[in-house]
Amino acid sequence: MLEIDDIKVGLDSDAGLVKAIDGIRLTLQRGETFALVGESGCGKSMTALALMRLLPENGRVTQGEIRLDGKDMLALPSTAMRAIRGGRIGMIFQEPGTSLNPVMRVGDQIVEAIEAHTALRGAAARVRAIEWLQKVGIPEPERRIDDYPFRMSGGQKQRVMIAMTLAAEPDFLIADEPTTALDVTIQAQILDLLKALQKERGLGLLLITHDLAVVAGMAHQVALMYAGQIIEVAPAAEFFRAPKHPYARLLLRALPDAVRRGEPLAAIRGTVPPLWSDFAGCRFEPRCDRAFADCATTPPPLFEQPGSRCVRCLLYAPHAPQSVLAPGDAGIQAPREALARAVHPGIGASSGRLLEVENLAVRFPIRKGLLQRTVGYFNAVESVSFRIDSGRTLALVGESGCGKTTIGKAIVQLLRGQAVIEGTAKLQGHDLFSLEGAALREARRAIQIIFQDPFASLNPRMRVFDILEEGLLALRPDLDPAARRAGLEKIVDQVGLRREALERYPHEFSGGQRQRIAIARALAVQPKLIICDEPTSALDVSVQAQILNLLRDLQRELGISYLFITHNIGVVEYIADEVAVMQKGRIEEAGPAAGVLGDPQSAYTRTLLSAVPKVPTTAVV
Amino acid sequence: MPKIVLLWTDVSIWLLAAALVVYALYVRSQPDLSTTWRKVFAASPALSAFVVLMLCLLLTLADSVHFRSVLPSVAGAPAGSVAYDARVRSVLDVVLRNLVESRESTYSRPLAYVGFTKESIEINGKLERVAPRLLHGGVHLADPGTQWRGDVIRRVAIGLLLGTAAAVLACALLVALLARGQGWRATAVAVWRGETAIPWRVACWTLGGILAVGGATTALIGHYHVFGTDVTGNDVLYQALKSIRTAFVIGTLATLATLPLAVVLGIMAGYFKGWVDELIQYLYTVLSSIPNILLIAACVLMVQVYLDKHPDSFETGVQRADVKLFLLCAVLGLTGWAGLCRLLRAETLKLRELEFVQAASSFGVGHIRIMWRHVFPNVAHLMLIVTVLEFSALILYEAVLSYVGVGVDSSMNSFGGMINLARNEMSRDPVVWWPFAAAFAFMVGVVLAANLFADGVRDAFDPRARAFRPRVLVKKPA
Repeated sequence: MLEIDDIKVGLDSDAGLVKAIDGIRLTLQRGETFALVGESGCGKSMTALALMRLLPENGRVTQGEIRLDGKDMLALPSTAMRAIRGGRIGMIFQEPGTSLNPVMRVGDQIVEAIEAHTALRGAAARVRAIEWLQKVGIPEPERRIDDYPFRMSGGQKQRVMIAMTLAAEPDFLIADEPTTALDVTIQAQILDLLKALQKERGLGLLLITHDLAVVAGMAHQVALMYAGQIIEVAPAAEFFRAPKHPYARLLLRALPDAVRRGEPLAAIRGTVPPLWSDFAGCRFEPRCDRAFADCATTPPPLFEQPGSRCVRCLLYAPHAPQSVLAPGDAGIQAPREALARAVHPGIGASSGRLLEVENLAVRFPIRKGLLQRTVGYFNAVESVSFRIDSGRTLALVGESGCGKTTIGKAIVQLLRGQAVIEGTAKLQGHDLFSLEGAALREARRAIQIIFQDPFASLNPRMRVFDILEEGLLALRPDLDPAARRAGLEKIVDQVGLRREALERYPHEFSGGQRQRIAIARALAVQPKLIICDEPTSALDVSVQAQILNLLRDLQRELGISYLFITHNIGVVEYIADEVAVMQKGRIEEAGPAAGVLGDPQSAYTRTLLSAVPKVPTTAVV
Repeated sequence: MPKIVLLWTDVSIWLLAAALVVYALYVRSQPDLSTTWRKVFAASPALSAFVVLMLCLLLTLADSVHFRSVLPSVAGAPAGSVAYDARVRSVLDVVLRNLVESRESTYSRPLAYVGFTKESIEINGKLERVAPRLLHGGVHLADPGTQWRGDVIRRVAIGLLLGTAAAVLACALLVALLARGQGWRATAVAVWRGETAIPWRVACWTLGGILAVGGATTALIGHYHVFGTDVTGNDVLYQALKSIRTAFVIGTLATLATLPLAVVLGIMAGYFKGWVDELIQYLYTVLSSIPNILLIAACVLMVQVYLDKHPDSFETGVQRADVKLFLLCAVLGLTGWAGLCRLLRAETLKLRELEFVQAASSFGVGHIRIMWRHVFPNVAHLMLIVTVLEFSALILYEAVLSYVGVGVDSSMNSFGGMINLARNEMSRDPVVWWPFAAAFAFMVGVVLAANLFADGVRDAFDPRARAFRPRVLVKKPA
């Protein structure tokens, strides 16, 4: 039994003492999968590191005990701890690419783990390593055992990582976002593998993830974390059936899916508070839709609830006022209004073709030798055709490397001079690939792009105003400075930022706010089509909902079309009018969203859709 | 009115100082940048090194105002005509005129009152080998055998006291400056206890130490040669002080000379890729395969030949030597840009794939504008770090070059020149160690300060450097 008893972890940072974990208590039994869920920065990975005593140098457990079968691990000497790490508690990390040593054969790495933690040596250890590779589903393990990690795909590397961790025969396994870096079909395989191994070996599995859908299929117990604390513990089925904490409830409602089409998602306002601040009351109070007077002044303890559940919310205090327990919808936009919008979709309705792409092929030259002669081509995209009507959303769906981002970049003309492009992309009748000079500038105004990573997409050395102004300077030379500023202030209002934001630098904003700035940058030149390249995949669920709502509202108000590039099926179901499923540079299947997702025709689409983990639909509260 | 002589390096140094002031004002106006710089000064070694470097810079500036004084009119000269001294002197020379004028005939040990080499002198009709009394050092002592020790100790003590007093005054001034708006006493206590965000206490101690030693030295000069004299009887301390300017000029000008090529070519190579990149890469690969010293020697010797062939192009020897120094800096710059260029190319390769650069291209923003607005500001910290690191490397390099004989003009004081002369002195018996020791001590002092400061700059500006050196959590809850 692995017990975490009221631990606190402090990190020394430039901003002061960050209380990354503030009093966490949980018990992991053998044979049980315990999921630790939460948005980024809530302290779930820090819990895993504290458990393994692998905290960064500026961090320290300041209070509490971690007990393994009753013995306090924090008091052990580091030699004893080394035997526990790997031997009793194994750990799998998020990024399979960096958790294997690139200059060691995978077999040697597994053998190393076996020899460190079991009695097997030499040839026997190697035989055991081959067995493990077999067990985690690596084909031809006798041959692959002598491969280097670079010969393996991402999914295979994660399998090797699992083999290596389990080869040491630990009792407990900590999996820190084990599938976040993987494609959805691979994710399904890895999750199945973990589930099977957990059952077979009676492991205690601590699954750390931000993805509620992954939890739904895997966990027995769920603990939801917020701002360094556990705020709800419940059996998984109960948690998804009837979440108790307001945050849990809002979080589940913020997940986009087909059911919520046409209505705004329950975006939780604001962001996670910084952990260096001192909290007088409930940490979720500023964002909560059910907060009442006491919430701001009384820090809630974990209240025991029937059915071995705990909730950290004053609503569940023994003497809580009954009236506040009644479910209400204050704080999120009224769904009735949303319904009205869905029925009368303003200018959002189709009004003619905007972009027609025909037989698009993108080939990257492969250069070799002293003079960099082109020796061949890599075909990233082959004979792709689709069209987007104005005011509509086309979603390009596919796994990584299928060429969906390349299509986006080709249409925004970012690949000029880098790749060979064939086919046509007609924007209102003009072929984008043959435009030059003023006509090209006109076309650039019409098509803009929003990127995935809100931290890389804004120049850190420029003020927000300069970032937004850049497009106007380049594409609207007719505007004078006053007109530019007036236009930008309007757009900043539209995307829901305060005007004072214009004078600040990007690093002063959170991820969601930065994505708003990126959207404002694209909007500034009044485009007709925005290519959204995974605009929400780097964001937390609650913030993703804000951004999706914003994109939806903008489409309704301005009649913009979106080419929405994503791998997240839930987002597609929620936002797309048409869907094109891509694989290996080709479109496998295309058509209206309901048709493609509801009744897929091609085998690949079916595989893809069945691999997507789902939150049980009963969770709709 | 003396005639002001504008040397090329003087102009450069003063322009540089002005640029430094402008940059400081710019930093103050940029909250982000001033936070980062405050981080530099929050590290005690960096702050202490900064104080040392600033004092050296003051010395350099004082040594960078050159003039020729008016000679007294000679009978028979036409009325109204003014004749100027052939010697070019600087403000520092005027301040240190005691040292310049107290020239002995040859070597003498530090603080000595007799010469180092014995001479045959007839005493009472007998020829005896004795060390003669010095012309200036200890000449005020009637009976040096008994008075010398007491005299030196007394002067050192008085000097230390005066120096400390000056230091206290300077620190009081600093506290008064810091205390604007708040209590004078509270600020003084905070500084004394080291509770200020920037460890001013360290700055005060550094300044105090330097001023105390400086005070003691000042009390001795004029009466003794603190670091002895060299083969021609010149004061070694004076040479060491003059060498600081040479080192500073080389360190700053040569580093700056590398920047234009390194920055422009590095960013271009990384941004355009393709054949531009190939060309620039070949260029710096070839350049870094040629032994640097060969290239520099060739250039310097060519300049030397030109100067020898045109003896009339410059009025004085100092001007000639200065042109040589200036060109040496230029040559060092032109041959030394490969390292920074490589670094900037790599960084630009990474930056150009970032999405904000792509967003700018999707607006159709021009290449030059992207490089100027999006790439350059994001590599500027690298440029700063390398510049500060190179500074000390170039000072050391100058010493090597002068030692080999292709460095600065032999008439110009420099650490390299001093070490070059020490070659013979160190192989004598008894050893003449003090010119070498003085050059060594001063050079290590300057270079160490520069390195410590560079470390501070790198830690504050390089985000990766911080990741490797996290502060250890010391606070524990009560």
